[in-house]
Amino acid sequence: MKFTVDWLKNHLDTKFNNNQIIDKLTNIGLEVESFETSTSELDTFMVAKIVNAKTHPNADRLKLCDVDIGGDKTIEVVCGAPNAKNGLLTVYAPPGSIIPKNQMKLSVSKIRGVTSYGMLCSESELQLSNESDGIIELKNNEYSNKIGEKYFKNTSEKVIDLSITPNRPDCLGVRGIARDLSAAGAGKLKINKKSNLKYRGNQNINVTIKKEKAQGCTIFGSCLIKGVTNIESPKWLKDKILSLGQKPISAIVDITNYVMFDLNRPLHAYDADKIDNEIIVRSSSKGESFEALDNKKYILENDMCVISDRSGVLGLGGIIGGTRSGTEYSTKNILLESAFFLPRSIRKTSKQLNIDTDAKFRFERGIDPLSIEEGLIKASELIKQICGGEISNLDVKKIENYKKTIINFDPFLFEKTTGFNVENKELIKILEKLGFNVSKNKKILKLVVPSWRPDITQSIDIVEEIVRIKGYEYINTLEPIKTRLKPTLNYYQKLFHFLQRSVASKGYLETVTWSFTDSKINQLFRENDEEIPIVNPISSDLNVLRNSIFPNLIFYLKKNLDRGFKDISLFEIGPAFKGKNPGDQMTVIGAVRAGKISRLSWNDKERIVDTFDVKKDVIQSLCEAGIEKDDIVIDDKTPSYYHPGKSGGVYQNKNEKKALAYFGEIHPNIIKKLDIKTEGLVIFEICLDYIKESKQKIKDSKSEYKFSDFQKSERDFAFIINKNFKSQELVNIIKSADNKLIKSVRVFDVFEGENIPEGKKSIAVNVTIQSEEKTLNENDLDNINKLIISSVESKSGAKIRS
Amino acid sequence: MSDIKKIKDEYIDKLNKENNIDKVNNIKSELFGKNGIVSNEFKKLGSVSIEERKKLASDLNNIKDELQNKILIKIQEIETKEINLKLEKEKIDVTLPERDIEIGKIHPVSQVIDEISSIFSEIGFSVEEGPDVENEYNNFTALNTPDNHPARDMHDTFYLDNNKELLLRTHTSPVQVRTMLKGKPPFKIIAPGRTYRSDSDQTHAPMFHQVEGLHIDKNINMGHLKGCLNYFIKEFFEVDKIKMRFRPSHFPFTEPSAEVDIGYEIKNGKIVIGEGNKWLEILGCGMVHPNVLKNVKVNPNKYQGYAFGIGIDRLGMLKYGINDLRAFFETDYRWLSHFGFDPLDVPSNYRGLSR
Repeated sequence: MKFTVDWLKNHLDTKFNNNQIIDKLTNIGLEVESFETSTSELDTFMVAKIVNAKTHPNADRLKLCDVDIGGDKTIEVVCGAPNAKNGLLTVYAPPGSIIPKNQMKLSVSKIRGVTSYGMLCSESELQLSNESDGIIELKNNEYSNKIGEKYFKNTSEKVIDLSITPNRPDCLGVRGIARDLSAAGAGKLKINKKSNLKYRGNQNINVTIKKEKAQGCTIFGSCLIKGVTNIESPKWLKDKILSLGQKPISAIVDITNYVMFDLNRPLHAYDADKIDNEIIVRSSSKGESFEALDNKKYILENDMCVISDRSGVLGLGGIIGGTRSGTEYSTKNILLESAFFLPRSIRKTSKQLNIDTDAKFRFERGIDPLSIEEGLIKASELIKQICGGEISNLDVKKIENYKKTIINFDPFLFEKTTGFNVENKELIKILEKLGFNVSKNKKILKLVVPSWRPDITQSIDIVEEIVRIKGYEYINTLEPIKTRLKPTLNYYQKLFHFLQRSVASKGYLETVTWSFTDSKINQLFRENDEEIPIVNPISSDLNVLRNSIFPNLIFYLKKNLDRGFKDISLFEIGPAFKGKNPGDQMTVIGAVRAGKISRLSWNDKERIVDTFDVKKDVIQSLCEAGIEKDDIVIDDKTPSYYHPGKSGGVYQNKNEKKALAYFGEIHPNIIKKLDIKTEGLVIFEICLDYIKESKQKIKDSKSEYKFSDFQKSERDFAFIINKNFKSQELVNIIKSADNKLIKSVRVFDVFEGENIPEGKKSIAVNVTIQSEEKTLNENDLDNINKLIISSVESKSGAKIRS
Repeated sequence: MSDIKKIKDEYIDKLNKENNIDKVNNIKSELFGKNGIVSNEFKKLGSVSIEERKKLASDLNNIKDELQNKILIKIQEIETKEINLKLEKEKIDVTLPERDIEIGKIHPVSQVIDEISSIFSEIGFSVEEGPDVENEYNNFTALNTPDNHPARDMHDTFYLDNNKELLLRTHTSPVQVRTMLKGKPPFKIIAPGRTYRSDSDQTHAPMFHQVEGLHIDKNINMGHLKGCLNYFIKEFFEVDKIKMRFRPSHFPFTEPSAEVDIGYEIKNGKIVIGEGNKWLEILGCGMVHPNVLKNVKVNPNKYQGYAFGIGIDRLGMLKYGINDLRAFFETDYRWLSHFGFDPLDVPSNYRGLSR
């Protein structure tokens, strides 16, 4: 909402200076976006002098002018005007200027082979007159010392631009702003002058508001103004319109706009002679169409509120008028409309047709239904004053009467909500200045809400009005109450925190990527989850919610590889979406690792990252987050985006059906499809939701401290076993041979090939044996050895290597 | 006797000059072997008169001790020298690079969320979460933002269906709704998380982060709101003084509503929070609207309280001097390394919020 301080002072008697007004506006909740001189399209035009005019080398009728534009700058302009001559003072439009006459934007262009930097203007081009025969000739005595200065004085005052929140339609008019300021002690609201307008005759175009279910109009006020001469607006009005950042059109249109911004009362002027017999306000039928004042043709749906005549739709009520009945300079008789449209109807229609106008913006927020006559009178007076004409009696058709909103307000609610007290007397004064009618009933205030405040419906709204006007600085700053109702974090939030930092501590950089991704990449990681498209994506490559965390991670990994990084470890912790309903999401860590370990190391042999690097990272992170390592079970079933032979799933224990993590190499097809150039790429993921909280808190499990001081022995075994036999299973067989005595089993060599039969492998393990009761003798150890060998051989089909 | 003394002096002298361990051992057997010089002298003792023997034996023992001692010291001396020599040869260049350090980092957004959680934890808030996909009711209607209300235009919403029933939450406020629906007052929570608006330019990203705050109890008023936020801002920016301004505003789900500005100035091209005459809007807040409380089955005549919403990314940018919001989400390795935090740098009260 834009306006000048001058305009504000039409409604407000104030001694406040500009800065005080600005501060006050901010303090009462009318946020000041800016306070500056409005820029005008005319700002670019400047006074210039032709230093030298010579004939164009390729065209006799054109001239090549060296033009002095001030600041020691001379530029070359091609000009066709016969009066262009040396020493002439004229108006120059640099490239980028918009020529008022045709709204063309100038650019640097070649005219008959010579580059012209801008243009010299005629009066007609600047719409100063119809004189188009030559360029403007400025008087020497007046302009000779103004070369380089703006030709059009931007005499406009500084403009206040307010950002008005959607609850305050009343402040979409200058008067409403003045009222708020007066309530806050910034001056006195001026009383509207009584109109002494003379009416002649009746408004004889019949108006009907149809009683329909979807009727979006409840009041239609109008008057007929006959015998007007539509002209250009006088300067004061043009200036007002310009200060709004709008273009003056004609007196009649400018006046309706002016009244809209002055009183927040949208109006519409029809050329009465173009109306076919009568006005019918009704709901549209699907397929009806009309050409609107924005020069677009709109095809309507059912139940849009239209103003029509016998020939069809004239305009969309409260949104935009039509060209068929628009006013022109030739218009002689006008029908002025001042109506009330229902916000919901306005909003629905404008959304469906995607139209945004100042009138729509106001009606959808709620216009004062009691301002119908006020608007008609103010506009008619101005029209009569500027364009002449005779005004008919006002005709107001209604299908619904305005109902007052009454609130019984207990002033105690104010203190209860804000924590401070305002005396009743002051409180009443504030409300009255805001336009409330206040009467007292014991402790309760009976408040009649002003008709321009549709946002105020209940007591809490009154609290806000009072505290807003009184000032938020009166609210105390109380010490925070430290009472705690429950622990800050629950188990899964702690887990999130642990795992996040745990993975980062393994050398991974945490990233945060969009929750949406490119469906083409997502497809590669989607598995059996449904694709979740976004109806209105920000761009076509961010068109679905990510089913996995990897599409984005891999995408950005590639970007970093393309930047020349070779060894990259990245991870993200966040949502992966499994369906489109709220809650169909899991919290997942995804991590990628590319490149080599010990690249260019002077002492270690460099190698490509492999599955066991990420396996270590994932297992260690899980252990750090509190998962019991000895319970973890690994299998080789993984999602299809993993290398089928080089990846594994991690289970919290042998009873779990769902893998809580996967690790391994990414499927080579994906690397190929996404054209990722790296020596090696391994990934892992952890699904936090699948981790089960341990039943024992750490304070309970710590107490079980057991150890043995008896001597421990180590024995090595090597078995020849089927190639596909899993080492994990072998270890389990050995451990279960004697759970008490066998403390640990460590695989220290795996070997295939030479001396090993086809389809077999050799696994060497080191077994630690220790009793908690005694030192084992040779005999005991021999027995264990035999037991281990026989268990392994019988349960796995392996043979001990001799 | 004078002979043996002479021999002793001779051998002491010899030992002093000797540097070879084998030769020292030879000397040792020359002196103390089976037929060694000193051994033989002891054998001679038998043929000496008793009166003389005592004195002689004593002298002889002294000489023996002296020589043996000397030999021992000499051997140690030589051995030490040899070890030192050996170690000297083993010397390596310790300025050669160590094995690669793998430095991981925590994203600034995560760090700031942890900082925020730590601060609010100190004053008794617990952390709640809600889903990123929300229904229209929780995101708007329950929050007193009915359909066909222009306040919805303040949020450019991503939808997941054509009926506009499912959407990506435009703010963290639906967590208020979920929390209050599933529990009983009092409530004292913060809810950090991802939020989405279909808006993208230099200062807007289609996804960003907010933290919601909600404190509902019997007598919570705007003074508590001011106190809570004043405490938070001071703690977060780690300054002693803060300039804070409450400005009336409008959010459908709070009433009265306020926007909060903090004072700042630019010093040497950097933002200094808490000083100066410029104002920076950093959050929105207010008293929870009675309509919202009714919608979540909390009696507004019995309970009241405040809510606030803070842009996390923006707070992080201000505190850590990050200029570009979009860069938060672009996964540039250089950016992450530069602006990321060490994983051990866990914000906490006792250790300090940040290093």
